[in-house]
Amino acid sequence: MKSPKEKVCERVYLTFPKDLVKEPIVCWLAKKFDIIFNIRGSTVTSEMGLVAIEIEGERGEVEKALQWLRDKGVLVEPIEKNVIE
Amino acid sequence: MTFVQGLKCRECGQDYPKEPLHVCETCFGPLEVVYDYDRIKKEISREKIAQRAKSLWRYRELLPIDGEPQAGLYSGFTPLIRAHRLGAALGAKELYIKDDSVNHPTFSYKDRVVSVAISKAIEFGFDTVSCASTGNLANSVAAHAAKAGLNCYVFIPEGLEQGKIIGSAIYGPRTIAIQGNYDDVNRLCSEIADKYGWAFVNVNLRPYYAEGAKTHGFEVAEQLGWKLPRHIVVASAGGTILPKIAKAFKELKQVGLIDDSACKIYAAQATGCAPIIQALKKGADLISPVKPNTIASSIAIGNPADGFYVLQAVKESGGWGESVTDEEILDAIKLLARTEGIFTEPAGGTEVAVTRKLIQQGRIPRDESVVISITGNGYKTLEVVAKSVEQPFKIRADLRNFDELYLQLNQPTPGKVAAGEG
Repeated sequence: MKSPKEKVCERVYLTFPKDLVKEPIVCWLAKKFDIIFNIRGSTVTSEMGLVAIEIEGERGEVEKALQWLRDKGVLVEPIEKNVIE
Repeated sequence: MTFVQGLKCRECGQDYPKEPLHVCETCFGPLEVVYDYDRIKKEISREKIAQRAKSLWRYRELLPIDGEPQAGLYSGFTPLIRAHRLGAALGAKELYIKDDSVNHPTFSYKDRVVSVAISKAIEFGFDTVSCASTGNLANSVAAHAAKAGLNCYVFIPEGLEQGKIIGSAIYGPRTIAIQGNYDDVNRLCSEIADKYGWAFVNVNLRPYYAEGAKTHGFEVAEQLGWKLPRHIVVASAGGTILPKIAKAFKELKQVGLIDDSACKIYAAQATGCAPIIQALKKGADLISPVKPNTIASSIAIGNPADGFYVLQAVKESGGWGESVTDEEILDAIKLLARTEGIFTEPAGGTEVAVTRKLIQQGRIPRDESVVISITGNGYKTLEVVAKSVEQPFKIRADLRNFDELYLQLNQPTPGKVAAGEG
């Protein structure tokens, strides 16, 4: 069983659809969760946003943060994106 | 002898050593193999290539291996066929089919990328290879692993049709069906690749794997007498092959094997999963993910990892892209079969249908040379066309019965004879 207290570091791509581009999602992410994150790359247009991000913290908190992003409508993917071919 | 200098991030340009790495530690961008083209130019020649075996390894200086090829010794060098009858049907004077539907050993272009990945896996000393796939990639990895005597793990989404599982299972891999959606499968496979230290061909070996796709482009040029077609149409799924064909053409010019690298490249997608075409038409640089809904399952990738590079290659070449409906894809599969005797999967039907559309739009002039890259085989996806082909006529074992049917089938004014009548 994975411990929710275990320290983890997740590297993911976040894709923001058009309707979320004007929302301060990343700011809320910082305020709502006890995590440390580092943006490694980003591109934002009026149509969408793409952010490469590394999120560190206790497993339970990181998982909660990622689920909150998904619930908001953000696409959360591993940095390899699609590997099913 | 190797001509590989290392790996480089396609985004920030950071250099990395020749290792099983695939993303940049700084910006998470994809890594690409870097070659010493000056040395390759001195070593390679048309004559030297012509003397070699007819496989993808005849261009070995431009492939990322250090020693002798270890896998795929019979892969590649598929036919480039002058398609007179399909050309007449589409209104193209000089049309060719590059036919990877007969690639060895598993009948798709994936045998190219997997040959290189497995060779590289052996060079790196891996004893286990793996992939996540719903079809062609798994077939190829399992077959090449069997031939090389490597352990093999294939990951699939739970609920995949039995037919698609058998095409890999016959080679003896361990097949793991993962519960969850495609995102869950992707996430787990990334974690497994990281933790188990296997050669996950399209994850930690991706920079090497993808280079194998260049051989499709090298062969087209060589088979046309070391020149390029004016236009080439390629299906896009995850986005591996199209940018690599563009890279192949550039490299051939760079090392002096061709004089002119001008060739317009066109992306083909199914309308039910066309994120790249949508971005192209909008003029966007970023690809908005879509939920796939098409019969062309081998190219149904809603958020293509290399989609950006497809857009870049298409635009740089002066090409374009189009998408076609499932109905158009089915019609095109039948058209290719009935004009050229080639049975392709829906991805190939997409390419033929898109070519027809681009010719009708005037984007591809009727009197200029065109290559359609057929990337997979229709015998793997029989269910897709099962309902759209003529059913057998049933008769009793009596010559008079056949005489009667023959007359009906060959009436001067063709009247459709109902299937099953006898």
